[in-house]
Amino acid sequence: MLDIAVAYNRYRFLGNEFLTWLWFAIENDTDAIAKCDPEFVDLDVGNRMVLENRLANGMETLTIKGDAAGLEEAVVALNKGALITEMQLIYKAGSLQWFFSIKGESLSLSGVKLPESGPIESNDDMDGIILEKVYLYDRLIGFIDKLYQTFLKKRLSETWSVKIIPAFRNWLRVEQKGNVQGSLRGQ
Amino acid sequence: MGLLSATTSVTRYRVEGQLENPIVDTVGSALKKHAIAEIDDQPPEQTVGWTSLKDPFEPDFEGSRFVVGPHFVFSLRIDKKSVPPKMLQKHFAGESAKKLRALERNFLSSDEKKALKDQVLQRLNRKMPATPSVYDVVWQYENGALWFFSNLKTANEQLETLFFKSFGMHLIRLIPYTLAAFDKSLPGAQRDALERLAFVENRT
Repeated sequence: MLDIAVAYNRYRFLGNEFLTWLWFAIENDTDAIAKCDPEFVDLDVGNRMVLENRLANGMETLTIKGDAAGLEEAVVALNKGALITEMQLIYKAGSLQWFFSIKGESLSLSGVKLPESGPIESNDDMDGIILEKVYLYDRLIGFIDKLYQTFLKKRLSETWSVKIIPAFRNWLRVEQKGNVQGSLRGQ
Repeated sequence: MGLLSATTSVTRYRVEGQLENPIVDTVGSALKKHAIAEIDDQPPEQTVGWTSLKDPFEPDFEGSRFVVGPHFVFSLRIDKKSVPPKMLQKHFAGESAKKLRALERNFLSSDEKKALKDQVLQRLNRKMPATPSVYDVVWQYENGALWFFSNLKTANEQLETLFFKSFGMHLIRLIPYTLAAFDKSLPGAQRDALERLAFVENRT
């Protein structure tokens, strides 16, 4: 296996491609996501997304945030060759809901908000609460691992260039066209 | 920021290796041996060690208090003293003047200045209380998985170093490449494709 520092830099694009595919799958292939959790209800993009374009002359970074922020700029950036490097997601399974941000280059999680658990009223409750929290993290991490595995199988097969890339480009084209028509109608 | 906080950050690791039986005793002894040591009223600037998740300021690894269900649950504590630069400057200036008077000279050589600064810093560090930072660890020994509740580079580096020192086992960070490399469900052809991918697609 490669040295971790070398692997981190050499394969950071893979994590960014994963997040970019994930947004595409959220919009176009919910079935692929639903297969990752039998209790899956919904996965949605939250209120923050960071994109990076390393193909540009010098690196370009675009951060979109805010509850009312649209993702039109993200579509334009993806059309120019950018990849998503970080995004906030909202995951619902059964009656539970998780909020979290995931970074492409490291797949590390931040801003993780688990579903509500009971309050700690005494030291005796502590072990129970810890086990409940571990279970909720396990659910989230297991789901992310399954998503990544689904992506990898597609990314490392011929399907990627034959089916997914053309479908992705087509989606971007349609989205961008829709955005332009939307803004013209708004004038 | 920890396991029980409302909002958390998580870095994931795979643990490579096996511990000696009985495992709980081996983990307990290693945690005790490398438990955090207090540095208040002492010269060191920083100390790193294990502590209890349930009570991070009273480390207690007696019995199996770090075992919760099938998991080992404890915390990494980093205590750091930080002398404000202006405070150091003030005390150094005072000590320099004193030394110059004692030596009846107008200047100090750079070696003398450095030695004096270290001396002043040590004295101030002794008086300065350390600020503790606590990061929780959940180790699922059976699965070879470990979660560390911080994404801070320095905290992760301290964890990797102390973990190896304590348990003699390496922590491998789960990043896009390692997560793929450890995925046993990937067929050989896709594994080869993964290795080739970086050379074809590298955009860094």
